[in-house]
Amino acid sequence: MGNLLELRGIWKSFGEVHALQDVDFCVGENEIVGLLGDNGAGKSTLIKIITGYHQPTRGEIYWRGKRLDHFSVHRARELGIEAVYQEKALADQQPLWRNIFMGRERTTKLGFLDVDGMKKETTELMRGFLRFTSAAVTPETVVGSMSGGERQGVAIARALHFQAELIILDEPTMNLSLTETQKVLDFVSEIKAAGKSCIFIDHNIFHVHPVADRIVILDRGRVAGEFRKEEITLEGLIDSMRRVAHTGSLAGAS
Amino acid sequence: MARDATELSLRPGWARRLVAGPRILALRRYGLQIGTVAMALLLWVIYAVKAPETWLSDDRIYSSLMSTVPFTAVMALGLTLVVIAREIDLSFPSVMAVSALVFVETPGDPVFGLLAGVGAGLVVGLLNGLVVVKLGIPSLVATIGTLFFWRGIVLVATGGNGSGLTDESASWVGRVLVGRIADGRIPAQMLWTLGFAVCLWLLLNRHRFGAHVYLVGDNVESAKMMGVNADRVRTAVFTMLGGLAGFAGIVSGLEVSYFWPTGGEGQLLPTIVAVFIGGTSVFGGTGTIFGTTLGSFITGSIEPGIVSIGLTGFYTQVIWGAMIVLALVMQAVVMRRVGR
Repeated sequence: MGNLLELRGIWKSFGEVHALQDVDFCVGENEIVGLLGDNGAGKSTLIKIITGYHQPTRGEIYWRGKRLDHFSVHRARELGIEAVYQEKALADQQPLWRNIFMGRERTTKLGFLDVDGMKKETTELMRGFLRFTSAAVTPETVVGSMSGGERQGVAIARALHFQAELIILDEPTMNLSLTETQKVLDFVSEIKAAGKSCIFIDHNIFHVHPVADRIVILDRGRVAGEFRKEEITLEGLIDSMRRVAHTGSLAGAS
Repeated sequence: MARDATELSLRPGWARRLVAGPRILALRRYGLQIGTVAMALLLWVIYAVKAPETWLSDDRIYSSLMSTVPFTAVMALGLTLVVIAREIDLSFPSVMAVSALVFVETPGDPVFGLLAGVGAGLVVGLLNGLVVVKLGIPSLVATIGTLFFWRGIVLVATGGNGSGLTDESASWVGRVLVGRIADGRIPAQMLWTLGFAVCLWLLLNRHRFGAHVYLVGDNVESAKMMGVNADRVRTAVFTMLGGLAGFAGIVSGLEVSYFWPTGGEGQLLPTIVAVFIGGTSVFGGTGTIFGTTLGSFITGSIEPGIVSIGLTGFYTQVIWGAMIVLALVMQAVVMRRVGR
């Protein structure tokens, strides 16, 4: 299987601070990559490079084997890279259907909304991907009234609905209860089932391990370790994480 | 493992959202509009009981309201979009005078004056928008500045002197804008106001632009991330309010057949009251055209209402002020309940 996205030798420096140092990172077609790391490990810098928000100081970016020059937010969106941030994904006071079609409203040539069409598509998404079975939830339901897991689901469903190829989830389980976390993990599995790829960022191993195909550990701006899920048990992973936290590298591990 | 446990626990805000969320949000979605209707009915019943000779056995009070409230209403409609986008504009009373002045000074048929005046309003509104969006100055402060600036310009240009608009009011433009229909009972400006309300309702609820106004006011970060041009949306709502204020300024001049350089002073408070008691949230992201239209008539009825029931007109400002505070307190309570 070829790589969907590949980053080679990425450096990112902010003045004297080297946020990323010679990072190689890739995401395969239809692969869920868990990105683990403590605060300040460089996770968000890496994500900002992948979404085109930051330009790397050095290094190359490839998409489906083709080198990307002049990578930008606009280009990333065109390619189908979509980041889902928990707090920034949705407009809380607006109904579900307006959130699904946020910024991509279906309109006539004059810009008038196809309200019925958008509500109908939203209903299909609810019955299909989102599995909202409660009669209390309709396309008119205000998203602020939904649970944290459901809201993540809405954001993921939206990305998939608009043909995102690579969905980046930034700490999607933060502040969620156990059952809500499980809902989010189920949605991540749905991304896999839909044939798309995902980067799942968290600092909680227990959330990443069950759904990821591969786990990359970032520490102090470097890739400290990389495992295919079948190569490592949860216990082994915890052990490696601990070693990274203490020594900054995985020397002697696995 | 200890860290894991705390991460899985609920923050209080989320707990409230999960438990009380749906009910409160439904209440806010429709509750504020129901509240506005209830307030209108309650006030009408009080007026009707206390002063039946004015409010029940005579329709002149309604004709009178329909002739004066439209100026407030047209601007309140424009201001509603600004407030939904989580901005505020306080400069519209002076824009009324700027446009009225341009109307007066434009030679030829009054229709040219009307176009030039409304155009001037659009330009002033655009400038407000650019100052707020491009320079990043909070709109509250920026538009206090432009409120005084444009009033000053009008006073300097006119030397403080007004001028008669008798010919203009009698012209075809005047008859179309402020004429009387149905045996003089319905003023034309009432129909214009309803026309604007319908157009703005369509724009806000059935057009991409309106969808973006709500999104920008609700969560500007997510709107931007999803490709909404927030700067353009915010500039546009200021521009629209400028045009509407310009229209209101010209029409109010035609109504009294006189151009006052101080025209529009006194419009600030009732217009803002109309928007907020109409249920538009000062926190952005929610608001309705229906609420604002009804809110304008509630606001406009306070003064004749309290005079008709035998109180002094000085109470008007007391009640308007109290209404603003009450509406904002209600919105703050609702917002806190949903944990934002």
